[in-house]
Amino acid sequence: MSRCRGPRMSVACALAASLHVFSALPARAERLVSSLSSHIVQITSNFTGVELVLFGTVENDPATAPRSSGYDIVATVTGPRQSVVTRRKERMFGIWFNAESRSFVQVPSFLEVLSTRPFENIANAETLRRQQIGIANTLLTEQIGSDIVEAIPNDQFREAFVRIKHERNLYGEVTNGVTFLTPTLYRASISVPAEAPIGTYDVDIKLFADGAVIARTNSAFEIKTVGFESFIVSAAVNYGLAYGVVTAMMAVMTGWFASIVFRRD
Amino acid sequence: MEIYLPIADLPVNIFLVLAMGLAVGFVSGLFGIGGGFLMTPLLIFIGISPAVAVATVSTHIAASSFSGAVTYWRRRAIDLTLALMLLAGGIVGTVSGVWLFTALRGLGQLDITIGLSYVLLLGSVGAMMVIEGLRAMLRARQGKPVELRRPGSHTWIHGLPLKFRFKQSKIYVSAIPVCVIGLIMGFIGAIMGIGGGFLLVPMLIYFLRVPTNVVIGTSMVLTLVTMASATILHAATNHQVDAVLALILMVGGVTGAQFGARAGQKMRSERLRLLLGVLVLAVGSRFAFDLVVAPADLYTVRATGDAP
Repeated sequence: MSRCRGPRMSVACALAASLHVFSALPARAERLVSSLSSHIVQITSNFTGVELVLFGTVENDPATAPRSSGYDIVATVTGPRQSVVTRRKERMFGIWFNAESRSFVQVPSFLEVLSTRPFENIANAETLRRQQIGIANTLLTEQIGSDIVEAIPNDQFREAFVRIKHERNLYGEVTNGVTFLTPTLYRASISVPAEAPIGTYDVDIKLFADGAVIARTNSAFEIKTVGFESFIVSAAVNYGLAYGVVTAMMAVMTGWFASIVFRRD
Repeated sequence: MEIYLPIADLPVNIFLVLAMGLAVGFVSGLFGIGGGFLMTPLLIFIGISPAVAVATVSTHIAASSFSGAVTYWRRRAIDLTLALMLLAGGIVGTVSGVWLFTALRGLGQLDITIGLSYVLLLGSVGAMMVIEGLRAMLRARQGKPVELRRPGSHTWIHGLPLKFRFKQSKIYVSAIPVCVIGLIMGFIGAIMGIGGGFLLVPMLIYFLRVPTNVVIGTSMVLTLVTMASATILHAATNHQVDAVLALILMVGGVTGAQFGARAGQKMRSERLRLLLGVLVLAVGSRFAFDLVVAPADLYTVRATGDAP
């Protein structure tokens, strides 16, 4: 799993992961069913964030007896991956400069982990680490020279990166975010802030019982700009020169219009 | 009412931005300047990244200087020959300014460069203007006549070769200082997001002895072309020009400028100059404060590119 990087790898990885889950399934099989209240979030000019509802059921095999220990669910929402630079300021000649920096490559732009209980009550540390449960266990890759390595958990730059993302409401953990309405029916709400970047968001839902993953399912939603905003962004990025010329013309027209409207002589 | 800015990628209150445009427009009309040195810092203070602020303000200044230039053109108060020669240097300055802007952004040193440039330029120019303004007021209070001798009547500048006659301004100077002034203005304009009217007008008066009746109109032509080309270049290389933000600022700016111009006619010119000096100095000090005081967070995070 740790070798799974890049978009081209993702299909193979997902396949490998699901095979892995299925092969590990015990004879008593539960199935996890889930859905999202919406699969497309449209950013319009008055977009200030959105709340999505994730809901579903745990389907028991009727032939087997229900578990006495109960279920736990961990849902991980991962935004589109992007590369970022984290920089640290240092004082030089009495002025604060950006000095050292670290490049994080292909890290989630958004990461929200929702669960029924605090992670340590759901499974042991080793399982949580292997299943990448929680922000601390999420793999963040760092580029050092031409090598791509995994950032160690207590790396200062990794900590600062996660903290800043958390302050912008882009990284978060809600350990009571998933609730069971009945012993098998669950519900969680995913809050997407206005600052969340556009792209595809994967929702990975894992069912835990007795400290192990017993079922897993996926869902996804897309955040996209529509109409005018989408037009502006794509024009600015894809046709920078034409966009600049049009913007400059708009400025000239506004100025000309003002000189006519406010003409005094 | 919140509006989502597509390039700045954050929601802002449309009335706040409109009010900022009006206020800066008022100041720019009052002093006959573009007001970029106020607008760029204001945008940075409300949370817009310095790169977007600088690139977008160029658009705003292009609009306000065009509106001004049309008015001066009607009054035949523009020296076109001089403006064209300033532009020859100005375009080169703008292209190199945008190039340096892009390079510094890649290195992560853009914000500090913008901050330092503001401190150095606005600090020194503001201090000079305040001292000059206080002297003028003191002279007026003592009842002494205003000095008629224009400073720098014949300096080394007039000894330079490649002399050229500018008919409308009635001056006979070398093309070299004209191009150099244009180059400097284009360069700092592209990096700092200012038209530089508050700097260009004194330079033209003191160094080239351009008469006051054509100086503002001519400087506006230079500002218009350098800022319009800065807009195009910033859009083509950095993709940081936010057209929605620019439009709101422009509408506020050109409206505010009309009221500012009317208020300015009622004020004494030396008092106006002193006031402008204080304003310039205040903005410079604000940047100095930010550079020296320990930042709340030593770390910053910036996206370098989306998934390939």
